[in-house]
Amino acid sequence: MPAAPRAPRLPYDWLLALRFLREGRAQTLLILLGITLGVGVIVFLTALIDGLQQNIIARTLGVQPHVTVSAPDDRVRAAWPRTDAGTPLLSQASPRAQRLRSIPGWQQTATGIAALPGVRDVAAIVSGPASAVRGQAERQVALLGVVPGEYQRIVPLDSYLVEGNLRLQAGEAAVGTELARELGLRVGDRLRLQTATRDDVFIVAGLFTVGVREADERWVFVPRRSAQTLLELEGGATHIQVTVDDIFAATQVAESIGDRYDVKSESWMQVNRQLMTGLRSQSASSSIIRFFVLVSVAFGIASVLAVSVAQKQREIGILRAMGTRRTMVLRVFLIQGGVLGVAGSLLGALAGTGLALLFANLALNPDGTPVVPVMITPSLFVTAVLTATVTGLVAAALPARRAARLDPVEAIRNG
Amino acid sequence: MADGVPVLALKGVRHTYGQGDTATEVLHGIDLAVHPGEFTALIGPSGSGKSTLLNLIGLLEQPTHGEILIDGAPTATLDDNGRSALRNRALGFVFQFHHLLPAFSALENVLMPTLVNGGRAGAGSVAEAMALLEAVGLGDLHGRRPAQLSGGQQQRVAIARALASRPRLLLADEPTGNLDTHTADDIFALFRRINREQGLAFLVVTHDPRLAARCDRVVQLVDGNIVADHRQGQTP
Repeated sequence: MPAAPRAPRLPYDWLLALRFLREGRAQTLLILLGITLGVGVIVFLTALIDGLQQNIIARTLGVQPHVTVSAPDDRVRAAWPRTDAGTPLLSQASPRAQRLRSIPGWQQTATGIAALPGVRDVAAIVSGPASAVRGQAERQVALLGVVPGEYQRIVPLDSYLVEGNLRLQAGEAAVGTELARELGLRVGDRLRLQTATRDDVFIVAGLFTVGVREADERWVFVPRRSAQTLLELEGGATHIQVTVDDIFAATQVAESIGDRYDVKSESWMQVNRQLMTGLRSQSASSSIIRFFVLVSVAFGIASVLAVSVAQKQREIGILRAMGTRRTMVLRVFLIQGGVLGVAGSLLGALAGTGLALLFANLALNPDGTPVVPVMITPSLFVTAVLTATVTGLVAAALPARRAARLDPVEAIRNG
Repeated sequence: MADGVPVLALKGVRHTYGQGDTATEVLHGIDLAVHPGEFTALIGPSGSGKSTLLNLIGLLEQPTHGEILIDGAPTATLDDNGRSALRNRALGFVFQFHHLLPAFSALENVLMPTLVNGGRAGAGSVAEAMALLEAVGLGDLHGRRPAQLSGGQQQRVAIARALASRPRLLLADEPTGNLDTHTADDIFALFRRINREQGLAFLVVTHDPRLAARCDRVVQLVDGNIVADHRQGQTP
């Protein structure tokens, strides 16, 4: 006794589409493999490039504020009083050398900036050139006068600490490990800092390694008050450093600061123009690769479905003779494209993610971080699957239209 | 015999293939009426226009001139969807080759006309389809794929499928042309039984004079004209 017959659970169009896919097993598997590979490549590539870019940006912003505000450039004003309109005035003006200046009214400015939308933290610092002298050795350094609690929110200096502390109490300094090596400094040693007009002696209280040569070789942190004295900027601040909520909106924030206050305001993107150009062209080339992979996937789906339509001509004719509408035939083939797209892209997204994670876990730096950083976000997943599904539908449109337009008489006769 | 509204009426149907200089008229004004319960054979040599006539009656093509009425309703003004719906509702097709969908079981093939255009198959339609399969002697084989059935069995499934939407007229194009004599006789006997039991009208295109001799009415088509149309007593 055979099992009691059951009604098919699926609606007609899905029933036909899925059964057709199952019937053409080899073709279906082949095109699934194609989509899987294509989407896998896209996901892997994107994870790799996103990870790399995020890593580069994180390294860059590890030692930089998102927005740097400084005193406006000194401009040369015409010495002559303004003449009547129409009277030509000949004058020769040569640009002035920029001297170290404090931001006028920096306290109010800093408070104002902190209240702007999108701004996270603000720190006022005093920075200028100095020489670090110990015995016979002398090095040019960048003197950074900070209030540690405030500055810590801009650059996570604590996380770079190697030895000692970074509390920067009066008379204390913190230096990079490279500079310490060059000057033979250890925690507790004395260090003389000289500027053009003044000098002072500090105790080295902390050593740090940022991982950026420029910083490790040249940065010397001292209390803000000490730097003000050394640089003859009593009560002043040369820079207001700003972090923002969205690092890619830093330029807008910088511009709005520049619009509100008479200061020079630059975002990290403007400071690191070359880096940004590099990242952008990298993104562009990866977009081009992704586009062409997607196009080839689309052609794959389209050609396999076109073959399927040709093979199923007679069946389509019969279905039409039974009273199946054109739109229903269209749907049957669109569903096939969509199903292929969804299934292939899910497999591909998994494969690409697996490959990326494998890559990230295979090669590790001594400190355990991956040599090849990868970034896999849910949005990458969703985008890949959505794109491949839409691609599948678009690719199926042409064969589906052909199937729907088949003349049933011809189809039955030729099939 | 010819009482009530005919299930099929053709009025002055002409059909031309091609255009301009290459235009060829294959049907030259066909008038024909088929009444409920009538079992009609359409015979004629190759190239006489039989297939074209069947395609027109089956609403798969539209005549160049003239009118085709199904159950008294004109069809000329219907769009593709309207013709599809009418095909589904009023007509059943049996072809020379069974034309079953190979990916579906016998039962699913029979359910297909019910499912067409978005319908779902409830328990009721499954029971009906099973009854049809049993009526054609295949109740036990409902789960088999067409490839697992013999030629005669496949044609029986195709007949059950043609009956699934309870049509008013069953159109058969050389339904036994692909079968051996013995199986052909079985299939024809099945046609006659359905015709007798359900009062369904049949229009059977055939080359086989033996089969034509067993129909109630024989319409002969030659060169696009009906040259003979006679009713005959059925030989049991």
